[in-house]
Amino acid sequence: MTHLKLLGTTALALGLAAPAMAQEIRFMCYSDGNECEVYDDVLTRFEAENDGVDVIVDVVPYQAILENLPIQLAAGSGPDMAKVTDLGGLSQYYLDLAPYVDRGYWESSFGDTLSWYRGADGGDAINGMHSQLTITGAFVNATLFEQAGVEMPADDATWEEWAEAASAVAEATDTPFPMALDRTGHRFAGPAISYGASILSEDGTPSLSDEGFAAFTAQFVEWNNDGTMARDVWAGQGGATYQDAAQEFINGELVFYYSGSWQVGRMDEQVGDFFDWQVVGSPCGPAGVCSGMPGGAGIVGFEQTEHPEIVAAVIDFLAQEDIYAEVTARTRNLPAHLGVAAAGVEFEDASPAAAAALSAFASDLPDVAPAAFRYQGYVNNRAMFGITAERVSQAIVGELSVDEAVERMASDLEAALADAQ
Amino acid sequence: MAGTRGQGADAPAPSPTRDTAPGTAIAETAGATDPRALRGAGDGIALRVIAPVMRIIEIPMLGLQRVLGINRLAWVFLLPNLLLFGLFAFLPVILNVVYATTGGDNVMLADRPGIGAGNFTRLLDCANHLDPNTCREDKFWRAVWNTVWFVTLQVGVMVGFSLLTAIVLNGKIRARGFFRSVFFFPVLLSPVVVALIWKWMLQRNGVLNAFLDWAGIGGYNWLVDAQWAFAWSVFLSVWAHMGFYTLILLAGLQAIPRDVYEAATMDRASPWRVFRRITLPLLAPTMLVVLVLALIKGVQTFDEVYAFTGGGPGTATTFIIQYIYEEGFAGSPRLFGLAAAASLLVAAVLVVLTLVQLWVNRKSVDG
Repeated sequence: MTHLKLLGTTALALGLAAPAMAQEIRFMCYSDGNECEVYDDVLTRFEAENDGVDVIVDVVPYQAILENLPIQLAAGSGPDMAKVTDLGGLSQYYLDLAPYVDRGYWESSFGDTLSWYRGADGGDAINGMHSQLTITGAFVNATLFEQAGVEMPADDATWEEWAEAASAVAEATDTPFPMALDRTGHRFAGPAISYGASILSEDGTPSLSDEGFAAFTAQFVEWNNDGTMARDVWAGQGGATYQDAAQEFINGELVFYYSGSWQVGRMDEQVGDFFDWQVVGSPCGPAGVCSGMPGGAGIVGFEQTEHPEIVAAVIDFLAQEDIYAEVTARTRNLPAHLGVAAAGVEFEDASPAAAAALSAFASDLPDVAPAAFRYQGYVNNRAMFGITAERVSQAIVGELSVDEAVERMASDLEAALADAQ
Repeated sequence: MAGTRGQGADAPAPSPTRDTAPGTAIAETAGATDPRALRGAGDGIALRVIAPVMRIIEIPMLGLQRVLGINRLAWVFLLPNLLLFGLFAFLPVILNVVYATTGGDNVMLADRPGIGAGNFTRLLDCANHLDPNTCREDKFWRAVWNTVWFVTLQVGVMVGFSLLTAIVLNGKIRARGFFRSVFFFPVLLSPVVVALIWKWMLQRNGVLNAFLDWAGIGGYNWLVDAQWAFAWSVFLSVWAHMGFYTLILLAGLQAIPRDVYEAATMDRASPWRVFRRITLPLLAPTMLVVLVLALIKGVQTFDEVYAFTGGGPGTATTFIIQYIYEEGFAGSPRLFGLAAAASLLVAAVLVVLTLVQLWVNRKSVDG
C-alpha cells in the first residue's frame, strides 16, 4: 500500500523520516502540479509486483527540499530517495545506480542529463533520473495583444522589441504590468546569456560580472524603474527569496511573463477561457543568441539508504519508457527521456493551448546555449542564483548602483566559492 | 539555600502572597482552616494506602541523604532538570561558540576547518562602519543599522502609545474592561498571522488601496517603497506588541497610592502638573522595565517582519536576526560559522541590555 502524507516542514526538521523498516522506502517528493500524486499511483503497481516493498511518498513543500533536505542528508537522517532540483549541489549524497541498472538503456535514454547529477568531479556514475525537463520561456497574453491591436513580435525578436511591444499593449489596454520575470537567478541567466554573459566558461570558471551580465543587469534595472518590468516581483521581496508572477499573469494583469515550462499545467488549469495565452520561447539578445535556461527536477536515491537495491529498482521502474511516458503525459511535463521525446507525448486532458505551449517549449530547446546547460549542472549554481537575486534587487531599489551591484556579485561569488571549498 | 529551606519548614501557607499583602493572606489562611480540618479524616485513610508505596522511594532517598548529607541531597533533586537544561540550553550555546570559530559549509563539526576569529573579523571588516557599502559583509551592517533604526523608532513610538493608552484605560471610562482586553488582543495573535493580515491590507490590491481608490485619493504600492515598507513594519510591530506593555504600565499606574493624588487635588494642582510631578516619577521604575524589555524584544524582531515584507524591498527591512537566518540556513552556501558569529554579537548586545534591566530592577526594588 502506498500512503500519501503531507508532512509539515517542522516535522521534517525534527527528522521525522522514520528509520526504515524491513522494506520501507521513503520518497520525499514535492509537486509543481500533480507529480507526487501520479508517482504515488504509478508506484502502487511497483509494490504489487514486488511483495513486501512499501514506498511511502512524503509530500513536502518545495521549500523543504531546498532547505531541510540538505541538512537532513548531512546529518545522515534523510529519506531513501527524493525529487530534487539542486542536481549538482547534492551529488555527494547520491546513490550510484549503475550496479543495479542497465547502463546501456540509461545512457541511451537520458544522455547528457546524467552528467547534471555527477557534480564537480564528473565520472560516469548514474546518479539520478531526470524526471521533468524544463526550459524557461515567455508566456504571452494574446488576447491583450489583440485588444491593443499591436502586432506580436516575430520568433527571432529581441528582448527590446518585446519590451516595446508589451509596453504598448499595456498602455493601450490599461494593464498594470507589461513584463515580469520570476525573482530568481535561474530565470535571469537565460536573457543574461543572450546578452553575452558567459556565466560558466567551458573550463568551468563561473562569472557573474562580465560585460554581458552587466549589460543585462543594467537593462533589467532600467526596465524595473521605468515600469516595463513589474517592480513588485523583484523589489517586493528581500534576500534570495523566490517570487513568481504567475498569479498576475493568470489575473490578466500582465502582458509578457518570463517563466518556464513547468507553469503550463497551472496556466492551463487556472486561466481557462479567461483569455488566450501562448508560449513564445526566449527572446534574443543583441548578439542574436536566444537562450533560455534548461532545468528541471530529477529523482535520486541516497547513499545512506539501507535498501540500495530496492531504491535502484524503484527509480529504474520509473525510468522505463512506458512508465516515464505515462507520468509525463499525466503531469504535462517535457520528457527528458530521449526515447519518450522521440516518440512524442500525448498529453492527457491538456487543452489545445497547453499542448501548443508544451510543443513551443520543446521546439525552443535547440536554442539553449551550451553555457546554459553547463550552468544548470554546475555544483555552485544555487549560490549564484541567490547572489543574482539579492544584488540585482538591491540595484533595482537603489541601494546599490548597477556598477556596485556587479562588483558585489563578483566579490560574493568569490567568497561563496571559497566557502564551498 | 539555607534560607529557603528554613522558610519552607515553618511556613505552611504559600508565602509569596504574604510579601505583597500581608493582611489579606492571613485572613484567607484563617478562613481556610475549618474545611481543611474536616477533610483530615479522609486524608488519613488515603495516607495509609499511599504511605507504603512512598516508602519504596523513601528508603533509597534516606540512604542517599545519609551518604551525601542534607545539603548535597539538593543536587539529586536538581539533577534531572540540570541534565535537561544542559542538553538543551548550555550545550547549544557552547556549540554555537565552537561553530563561530569554524568555516566552510559542512554541517558536522568534525568536517569544519577551524578559522579562529576569522568570522568575526569578516563581519567587522569595514572602512567606515556607518556606510555599509564600504564593509566586506555589507548585508550584516545594513541589517545592523536597520535594526538600530527600527528599535529606536519602534520602542519610542510603542512606549509612548502604551503610556497614553494605559493612562486612558486607568481613568474612569465607559466599558473599561472591554477596552482593556481589546488592546491586549493583538498580543495573543501569532506574529505570522499579524503580518499576513497587514500584508493583505497593504499590498497593491489590498484593502487600504481599495479604500483610497474609493475615496478618490488613489492607491499606492506601499510594500515596494523602501521607506513606507519600513514605516509599516514599525507600525505593525507596535500594533502587535503594544498591548503587553500597556498592561505592565497599567499595573504600574494602579500601584501609585491614591492619597498622593488626593493631596494634589486638595492643593488644586493642574492635571498636567499632577501627571508630570506625580504620575511620571512614581511610574519611572515600571517605565524602565518596560523600556528595557521592549529594547530586547525589538532587537530580536524577525518573524512578523519576515512574513510581512520578506526583508525587502532590497534590504530595507532586513534585520539582524533575518541576516543570521539567511546566512546560516536559507542561503547557499550555508555559512553556519558566520551566522553563529553574528548571533554571538547579537547575544552580546542582548546580555548588556539584560544586565541593564537587572540593574534597573534591583535599583527600583531597593529604592
